Amino acid sequence: MAKDGTRNRPLSPHLEIWRWGPHMFVSILHRVTGDGMAFAGLGLLLWWLGALASGPAAYAQFAKCMTSIPGYVVLIGVSWAFFTHMMSGLRHFVLDIGAGFELKANRTFSILAPVMGVLVTVAFWALLLLR
Amino acid sequence: MGNGTSIGRVRGLGAAKTGVHHWLLQRFTAIGNLLTGIFLAVSLVLLPDLSYASVAEWLARPVPAVAMILLVVTTFWHARLGLQVLVEDYVHEHANKFACIVALNLAACGGIAFGVFCVIRLALGAHA
Repeated sequence: MAKDGTRNRPLSPHLEIWRWGPHMFVSILHRVTGDGMAFAGLGLLLWWLGALASGPAAYAQFAKCMTSIPGYVVLIGVSWAFFTHMMSGLRHFVLDIGAGFELKANRTFSILAPVMGVLVTVAFWALLLLR
Repeated sequence: MGNGTSIGRVRGLGAAKTGVHHWLLQRFTAIGNLLTGIFLAVSLVLLPDLSYASVAEWLARPVPAVAMILLVVTTFWHARLGLQVLVEDYVHEHANKFACIVALNLAACGGIAFGVFCVIRLALGAHA
C-alpha cells in the first residue's frame, strides 16, 4: 500500500537532457574535487602528521616519496583540488544568500571559480618553489 | 509521518524539519575549512623550508598546533558530511547504504583521533 505511490513515477531530467553550461561543470567539479580530497587529501594530511609525530626518519621517507615525480603529481593534484573546491565553495556561499542566480552573473561565477582555482594553485607553487 | 498516501509520507519533512541540520553543519565546517586551510597554506609558504626541523618546530608551537587540530576536526567532519551525500546519491540498496555510512563514520572518527593525537604528541615534545 505504502509503496504504490512510488512506482512508475516520472524521473527528473538528467545530464543528457539539459544543454551544457559552465554551472553544470563547476557543480560536478565541486563534487569531484571534494570527494577526491576526502580520500587522497585527508590520507596525505594524516601521513604528513603521522610522519612528523614519528620523527625525522619517518619524515625523511615521506619527503622522499613526495619529492618523486608521482609524489609531485599527487601534491599538485591535491593543492589544485583544494583551491578549486575553495573557489567553488565560495560560489556556494554567494548562492546560499540568494545572490548570483541571474543568468549572466551565474555564468560569470561558474567560469571564474575553476579559473581562480588554477591561478591560486599556480601562485601557491610559485611562492613555494621560488622562496 | 504517516504510511498511507504519498503526500502523507512526506508531509512534515519540508523546510526546517530534518535535513537543514546536515546542510548547516556542512556550511559551518566549510567556514572552518576555509580559515584553517588558509592558515596551513600561508604557513607552508612562510616557513623558511620544509625540512623536519623547521616543520616540527612550527607545528609544536601553541597556535599552529591548535590550528592543525582544528583543521583535522573540521576537514574530516566536512568530508564525512560530503561523502554521506555521495553515498545517498549512488548507493541505493539499503543494506549497502547502511554499511557505507557505518564505514564512513568509523573512518572519520579514526582519522580525527589519529590526526589530533599526532599533533599533541609532537606539540608536547616527543622529539624536542
